Amino acid sequence: MARYILQRLVTLIAILFVVSIGSFYLIHLLPGDPVFLILGFNYSPVTKAILDAQLGLNQPIYLQYFTWIGHVLHGNLGTSFISHQSVGSTIMRALPIDGELIIISQILAFGAAIPLAMKAARNPDSVLDRILSAGSFVLLSVPGFIVIIFLVLFVSIKLGVPNTGPATYVPFLQNPLVNLTSLMLPSLTIAIGAFVLYFRVLRSDLTGVLQEEFITMARSKGISTRRIMWRHAFRPASVALLGTAGVNIGGALAAGFIVQFLLAIPGLGFTLVTAINANDYLLVQGIVLVISAAVVIVNFIFDFIIFLVDPRIARD
Amino acid sequence: MENDTVNDQTTPIEHVGSTTLEKPEKKAPLGVLFWVSVGWVGLNIFLAIVANFLPLIDPLALNPNISNAGPSLHHFFGTDEFGRDILSRVIFGSRISIAVSFGALFIGFSIGSPLAMLASLRRGRFDKALTTFMYSLLAFPGIIATISILSFWIPRNLFKVTLVIGLFTIPLVYRVVRTASLAVASKEFVIAAQIQGAKDGRILFKEILPNITPIMVSFVLIGVAGVVALEGALAFLGLSINPPTPSWGNMINESRTILSTDPWLALFPSIVLVLFIVSLNFIGDRLRNYFDVAEVKI
Repeated sequence: MARYILQRLVTLIAILFVVSIGSFYLIHLLPGDPVFLILGFNYSPVTKAILDAQLGLNQPIYLQYFTWIGHVLHGNLGTSFISHQSVGSTIMRALPIDGELIIISQILAFGAAIPLAMKAARNPDSVLDRILSAGSFVLLSVPGFIVIIFLVLFVSIKLGVPNTGPATYVPFLQNPLVNLTSLMLPSLTIAIGAFVLYFRVLRSDLTGVLQEEFITMARSKGISTRRIMWRHAFRPASVALLGTAGVNIGGALAAGFIVQFLLAIPGLGFTLVTAINANDYLLVQGIVLVISAAVVIVNFIFDFIIFLVDPRIARD
Repeated sequence: MENDTVNDQTTPIEHVGSTTLEKPEKKAPLGVLFWVSVGWVGLNIFLAIVANFLPLIDPLALNPNISNAGPSLHHFFGTDEFGRDILSRVIFGSRISIAVSFGALFIGFSIGSPLAMLASLRRGRFDKALTTFMYSLLAFPGIIATISILSFWIPRNLFKVTLVIGLFTIPLVYRVVRTASLAVASKEFVIAAQIQGAKDGRILFKEILPNITPIMVSFVLIGVAGVVALEGALAFLGLSINPPTPSWGNMINESRTILSTDPWLALFPSIVLVLFIVSLNFIGDRLRNYFDVAEVKI
């Protein structure tokens, strides 16, 4: 077990290393002199000297990487020359919003997917199962940005549910009620996408598990269906669900910019889009690094949860 | 004489192999919905190709007198903010989505699948190194990498968008093709061909490729569906083709601000886009069931 976790940790660090090289190299994709583009209107010999020192641009490229990663590991992602704010603090302000969105949407998605998948798997080919299976197949193909357009069109405009902007966004601790209403539409959008996936994965695995002999055995012993579903069938059927959830949460972090940009929720994704439009390259680089690392770490955590649910995985 | 002994040895082996490869006796027909989906995808691709020769209103022609008009006999889908015909913009917009998605998948397959097939045939250190590399690329969130590269690699054009998305489909293609061809590469007829001294290239093209084609076809369809959605998202952020050239994504984006007064602009491109993706996924899914393969997932 310790060996398995150690092995996974080494892989995690290797992947984080690759991710950091990728994010570092982005600056060098800029055509011409990156300093000129990064500084934009703030170009002056003084700012140029500051940036040169920060990025180590006079050094050979591999040394530049070490200068940069050294700063990053000390929590210093540089200072934006567009907003004159530290990239790190801008990111730290936005990150909790992403966390909140993900937590709310996952609660909604799991809360709906688990009971419905159990019901559908218990009565395959029932009306509920058919509707959910067909409906989830279609919804699987609907991109998030279209879900939002329709939610705004039919829920927000018709029913008068507010879709607030960054100006009216309130942190949870300040006013929980306003905070939750403003996050309702975005978390619903993420939750719909997640629900569809979770339902399909769990339903198909549960149907398989329910045909196993130990379930028949449990039934013949007279254990109630409810107990069979939760105590006997759910755990073996949840491995693929957890894997999907890990990938999906990572995907929601990475693709969060679509939801946030459209509904003007000032999370990391929203900040990323504004930074791209403002040509704030250092901020873009910092956000890319943080999101990529977060996705990799989320996947690692879910691999670990899967290992706890089914320790046989470590024996491979 | 030599021929005879070879035959004697291979006949029983071939028999064992053929039972596992044999298609199931009774196959459910593909169904009406399958052909409707094929028809819809075909129609979209056909219209995208011949768009220039159709009697359509110029998708860029402005007509301020009829801005934000609803559907009418003259403009079946209505007009947008600038009085441009939505029907014609939807058709011309499909060109971008279709070109980018097929182009990207072409790049992904022409690099990913030969590598994957070779890895599954050679195994050993080559396979191990390549697979580790590809799987660590998969851990990298493709969408964030795509948008960050596109935001730094300026100026953007259709070729760059296709290339970047294409590069990020390589590891996905690699995973699917490798899983599929691993199953084939250990079959007796491949081993027989190797023993007879066939070159790797010959085995790849004559033995493995034909057996994994169904899987690859359904993955192409599902992959195209995914890239269409991704391109839409990029266009949404202004990271794909720039307006006024229409694409499904940027049309839907333009509709955002006038959603409450003029929903037509959002409705038609969204419906066409969603039906296109649903159809592709449906065709891919049905084919996958038809050929009885489970490994294809994006």
